[in-house]
Amino acid sequence: MSSPALCDPQVEVDIRGPRFSAAITVVVLAVSLLTVDTAVATTLLIIQTVVFGLGAFIGLKAQPYGIFFRAVVQPRLAPATQFEAIAPPRFAALVGFMFTAVALVGVFTGVDAVTYVAVAFALAAAFLNAAFGFCLGCELFLLGKRVFSRPARV
Amino acid sequence: MLGLILLVAVLALASIFGHWRKKTDGTMKTVGTTSVAAPIPVADDAPEVGVETASVADHGGERLTSELLGASLGENATLVQFSTAFCQPCRATRRILDEVATMVPGTVHLEIDAEAHLDLVRQLDIRRTPTVLVLDARGVITKRAVGLPRKADVISALGEVL
Repeated sequence: MSSPALCDPQVEVDIRGPRFSAAITVVVLAVSLLTVDTAVATTLLIIQTVVFGLGAFIGLKAQPYGIFFRAVVQPRLAPATQFEAIAPPRFAALVGFMFTAVALVGVFTGVDAVTYVAVAFALAAAFLNAAFGFCLGCELFLLGKRVFSRPARV
Repeated sequence: MLGLILLVAVLALASIFGHWRKKTDGTMKTVGTTSVAAPIPVADDAPEVGVETASVADHGGERLTSELLGASLGENATLVQFSTAFCQPCRATRRILDEVATMVPGTVHLEIDAEAHLDLVRQLDIRRTPTVLVLDARGVITKRAVGLPRKADVISALGEVL
């Protein structure tokens, strides 16, 4: 009868943390996009891929932008009033990781078009998250699930 | 140069999308009642295409039973919320619906794990979470909101049902 507490977090984070991380990601990806085919873009994309990877596979605690937020930014802000579960931002990091990983494949195979497209998508997702608190990967999750898992047949 | 053009294009399109989404998100829509009490077909091999092209209105007036939902319906109305684990606004939605269900007698809030009920999700063409369905006393879907609904909208939707 009682519904499962699906979004009820074991661990909660200050909602401003992931937004802050997304804002830094926007800057990193924007500069990458402007400098594709240079060492700057390659370095930034490697850093961003590692950051996404840490957030997705280890956890938000290990994500450098989040660490910076908690150490430097959060103490200067008013106490947190809104919290969110860690699952959505971790899933978003996984989606980001896939895009920047593809971008790096483009970098190392010399196919700039792949890099441009992948970075553009990652930038759009990060911007929507930073500016509107909108999690693109999370929104597409159910649709993906619907398409990729076939109806259960008995 | 290409990078700059892409940058501007991405930011512009994302801004437009973000504003549009913010404006329309969580709006309660009246569901068409053309097929009142049409039984929901049991999971079949209907191609996914059929579900994708069906409009929200096509799912109007469908009747959800307690067997389908796996929980008993409210005496007067039921608020059905589809959620997933990777869903930011699901928590806030749950809070609002719980509050309203407590406030309005005979109303029950049911939360459904969309991932565990993919057949139902396909039948009702639920595309993202949270999706909220307002059912009347018989379990007929009367309203539908995609995204975090406003509390006042939920209350007025119930007002039309009761």
